[in-house]
Amino acid sequence: MSETHAQTVAYVRDTMLPPAPPPVTERGAIKWLRENLFSGPLNIVLTLIGLGILWLLVSTIGPWLSHSVWNANGMADCRKIIAETWGPDATGACFALIKHRWNQFVFGFYPAALYWRPVLAFGLLFLALAPVLFSESRRARRIVLALATVLSFAIALVLGAPMPALAGMALLMLAWAVLIEIRPAWALLASLVYPLLAVWLLWGGSLWSEIAVLAGFGIGFGVWRAGARFGLFAVAAAAVVAVLWWLFLAGPVAAALAGMLPLRLQPVSSDQFGGFVLSITIGVAGIALSLPLGIVLALARRSDLPVIKLLAVMFIEFIRGVPLITLLFVASLLLNYFLPPGTSFDIILRVIIMVTLFAAAYMAEVIRGGLAALPKGQYEAADALGLDYWKAQRLIVLPQALKISIPGIVSTFIGMFKDTTLVVFVGLFDPLKAMADTIRASFEWKGAYWEPYIFVGSIFFILCFGMSRYSMYLERRLKRDHR
Amino acid sequence: MVSYPGVDNPPFRWSMLIYDRRYRSLTLQAIVFILVMLLASWLIDNTLRNLSAMGKTLSFDFLFRRAGYDIPQQLIPYNSDDTHLRATVVGLLNTLLVSLLGCIAATIVGVVVGVLRLSSNWLIARLMTVYVEVFRNIPLLLWILVILAIFTEVMPPPNAYRGENPAASMILFDTIAPTNRYTAIPSLGMTNPPGTIALGREGISWAFVAYVAVIVLAFIGNRLLRTRAQRIQDATGKRPTTWWITLAMFAVPLLLLTWWFGLHLIPPVLRGFNFAEGINMDNALVVLWLALTLYTGAFIAEIVRAGILAVSRGQSEAAFALGLRPRRTMSLVILPQALRVIIPPLISQYLNLTKNSSLAIAVGYMDLRGTLGGTTLNQTGREMECMVLMMGIYLVLSLLISGGMNVFNSRVKLRER
Amino acid sequence: MKHTALFGSVTALALAASGAMAAEGDTLKEVKSRGVLNCGVNTGLIGFAAPDANGNWSGFDVAFCKAVAAAVLGDPAKVKYVPTTGQTRFTALSSGEVDLLARNSTWTFQRDTDLKLDFIGVNYYDGQGFMVRKDLGVSSAKELEGATICIQTGTTTELNLADYFKANNMTYQPVNIDSNAEGEQQYMAGACDAYTTDASGLAATRASFADPENHIILPEIISKEPLGPAVRHGDNNWGDIARWTLFALIAAEEYGVTSANIEELAKSSTNPEVQRLLGTTDELGKMIGLDAEWAKRAIKASGNYGEIFAATIGEQTPIGLARGLNAQWTQGGLMYAMPFR
Repeated sequence: MSETHAQTVAYVRDTMLPPAPPPVTERGAIKWLRENLFSGPLNIVLTLIGLGILWLLVSTIGPWLSHSVWNANGMADCRKIIAETWGPDATGACFALIKHRWNQFVFGFYPAALYWRPVLAFGLLFLALAPVLFSESRRARRIVLALATVLSFAIALVLGAPMPALAGMALLMLAWAVLIEIRPAWALLASLVYPLLAVWLLWGGSLWSEIAVLAGFGIGFGVWRAGARFGLFAVAAAAVVAVLWWLFLAGPVAAALAGMLPLRLQPVSSDQFGGFVLSITIGVAGIALSLPLGIVLALARRSDLPVIKLLAVMFIEFIRGVPLITLLFVASLLLNYFLPPGTSFDIILRVIIMVTLFAAAYMAEVIRGGLAALPKGQYEAADALGLDYWKAQRLIVLPQALKISIPGIVSTFIGMFKDTTLVVFVGLFDPLKAMADTIRASFEWKGAYWEPYIFVGSIFFILCFGMSRYSMYLERRLKRDHR
Repeated sequence: MVSYPGVDNPPFRWSMLIYDRRYRSLTLQAIVFILVMLLASWLIDNTLRNLSAMGKTLSFDFLFRRAGYDIPQQLIPYNSDDTHLRATVVGLLNTLLVSLLGCIAATIVGVVVGVLRLSSNWLIARLMTVYVEVFRNIPLLLWILVILAIFTEVMPPPNAYRGENPAASMILFDTIAPTNRYTAIPSLGMTNPPGTIALGREGISWAFVAYVAVIVLAFIGNRLLRTRAQRIQDATGKRPTTWWITLAMFAVPLLLLTWWFGLHLIPPVLRGFNFAEGINMDNALVVLWLALTLYTGAFIAEIVRAGILAVSRGQSEAAFALGLRPRRTMSLVILPQALRVIIPPLISQYLNLTKNSSLAIAVGYMDLRGTLGGTTLNQTGREMECMVLMMGIYLVLSLLISGGMNVFNSRVKLRER
Repeated sequence: MKHTALFGSVTALALAASGAMAAEGDTLKEVKSRGVLNCGVNTGLIGFAAPDANGNWSGFDVAFCKAVAAAVLGDPAKVKYVPTTGQTRFTALSSGEVDLLARNSTWTFQRDTDLKLDFIGVNYYDGQGFMVRKDLGVSSAKELEGATICIQTGTTTELNLADYFKANNMTYQPVNIDSNAEGEQQYMAGACDAYTTDASGLAATRASFADPENHIILPEIISKEPLGPAVRHGDNNWGDIARWTLFALIAAEEYGVTSANIEELAKSSTNPEVQRLLGTTDELGKMIGLDAEWAKRAIKASGNYGEIFAATIGEQTPIGLARGLNAQWTQGGLMYAMPFR
């Protein structure tokens, strides 16, 4: 059969034909274009509209950006250079403003010789956060640690930090990074001390006052341990002793110690804070303080005790029902009325208090979501083990609930960080409006509107975008455990 | 508290307040309650002492005194001889106006962008992603300032429309003139006005009443028509064509009214320094509105996208299998389900937008914070009263919005059995 | 644990940053124990109070803060400048956040009485004016019918403007702005036909334009704006210190005491008034709780009233204000220091 067949067919191909290239419309760029941009009448219209928008953006902003000037002494100078280089009608960006005054956008009026201190405080923030935020992946953590250490060191070097400061910085950061790698549990303790360290670095003054504050916790903890079998009484006693220590003894003891061994940094007063240092200080302080408060509020709102639940609901709904700007005005106009006559708080501190309360209410809702998302079995298992309420929360519920809520917490933080720009309305120098206005009020930079916005906006974008990416990365990682 | 039948409760002892779990919760609540009350009374006591040390008393009398300042944008008549109370109401209405406009526009932007982000069109999807990320990650204040700068720097001043060879020309058949102060749009005029109902200083035109009445009637008529059509469909299986009757019900009376009143558009004309005759939409309002819309729109887009993605793929495949076309699939299958996911976060976005409207301070738009919490506070020096009142109003506003939206939410919610 | 740890740091911050807890009602004692004078100033108005690139404040109002700090604390640098907006300034003073408000604020009946402030004098006699572009062809405020006018909120100018247009039966469209910087921006872009504020502020703003010759300040001054520093109502001694520091600066100009010749005059002057002023004879300072040389230090800080004026807003500066009403009474102005006796 096969032979007959072979004879009847004149020609049989016995080799495979090389594959022909697909038609021109079905390959390469053209295929991609057809599929992704011009697949139907609607898509064609959309593509054209998109191209139109792009063209509009590029044609208006492009020339302006390409005509930018980086070296000039003022707006007038800038305009002259642009007119000379690109013709009399050309418009251009004058980024010389940023080159001249970038330090004010970043550091406000912080003394230039001390720029390394905020830089170090900011770098250490990553070290303090690493055990919490990057515990998931060793590789990510190492990258973050190395970057934070090297970058803050390099920046401090460029900003002209003095030699002893640089050496101290390097030593501290390396020691801390090593600690995180070998003794993660101790690193967590170091993270708890971080806020005090940051306060000292930013505001300066005697380190002893921070140590005295820290000692209060030690004393409270000691009292609690000593009387642990009295349960709630011990907690109350510890709190009372610690408060008494802070109110009456901490100050004199710190002063006495400072007399013996002065551990001082040059003090920087709050009115010298401004720009991103101010924003980040308020943002980080607000988030660090609002997290524990938010946890307490969330637990209170889910509590079975009606009075406590009611109080928590009232607080949360009140704070969430009013704009942040009114709370800032409360901080600036009213907070002093609520305190005993004669007390006067620093305005930054007052703003931090209000921002904390504001963020805590949102945080409470985020954490409540995390608590609700936890499978009921976890609660029941904790009960079955005979754990009491606090033990169950501390050992079983909160670690899981917080982990689920991290993306929400990060986005609350992003929101709060963006909102720190509102402090301009109570007379603080935020980077966006107050700093720009101050610089624009000087004779040489009058009329520079876009450049500061572009600069400050880009920094905000980088920081917030970075954080949101991080939270998405976490979300992806965490998803695996629960689905 | 748990009690078991048949088990006698032991007699009460004081120590049970701490050691008995049944009573401990009561003790705890009492302690917390007392502490909170103590804190509150401490704060109030401090406040009263501080106020008396300064010789100030709490009083809301100032609300009834002459305000003395002018407000650029007003929905009800107001001049500087009116009271602070009226100024407050004007401010509140301005807050409501910009919030309402913002919510509507942001929802439209958000839905369009959210859907387009999922589009198969590469360019559009990327553009929308860029829009969403850029707007979400930069403070709202910056957008307000940038849009304000665009409006003041790029738009022509009214003067540019003057003369033989004006530097700028009005758009849309010479009816709209965007300037760097306001956008002049045509106003409505009537050649045969039917008079007004006097309500104090404001008046409501009979024409307005007539239009509202006609529209309401047309809605009711349309409802009846559709129930009838449904009945016929149920009975015969054929649905009679109704769209032209509906159209006629709405259009004919409206056209008749318009003809009767001689309703027409009055285009703005340049007179003196400014445009007159038309309506001048204050730039402060437009800027704030745009900024709130674009900013909140980016957040809503994400919510919409997440909502659509939350509808499982099987749903749309099933719809395609039934032969529904993409658009019908979207409107009949995907959106109704996505809506359940979308609405709760959408409510909080509306709340955010309303609260963010207080950033009007950056553009000088006289909202509630600008009048009561701004000029009134400043001129009268009554910061305590003004702030309390202002926060109270915002709180009520927020509670009303979230309450209303929650009712809506519970209506579209999936009824699980 | 973390919760309490952070709260403790707040406490520390409060103690460290505020200097907290001072005696009620005795501002002088409070300032002395704190070692720093908290002075409320404008957030940035060139010539009156503005920070430079390094955060050093300078200006007409700032010079007064320095003088008071020098008189009370002996060091003109011991001032903490608290930038206040038009909205927050009076509350900052009454809530005790600042000890002294030197922020070109107008002395009015209501502020002096109902707002519980005490204006201690006038350091600048001003009046509200209008600035317009020359090509607008307007030469009088009466021709501004229907014009759009930029106005700072929270100021007396807002009320004056409403009153003026009402009295003249004219209409206008206000554009509310938050700061001087914003006002300039709007005015320059033509978003308003006229910019109204105190004439001194207009001059300062106009001077900073690239083309000052294309803008004119209209001749009408529609209000009296006596600008002065203010203190809290109720602490009379502190009010006296601020008031007499101001008078010392004004008197110094009258008697020809300048920062250059002050040391010499303190030793050799034969004018009994100068001797009393500089504390050579009579110890006037004791009567207000300060030492004998308080006024000498105050004058040395940035010079006498005339020197301060000339250095910050005078005709040699870009702002270029003439003395006008603010000349000494001997020169036909209104500056009149009460006798030091």
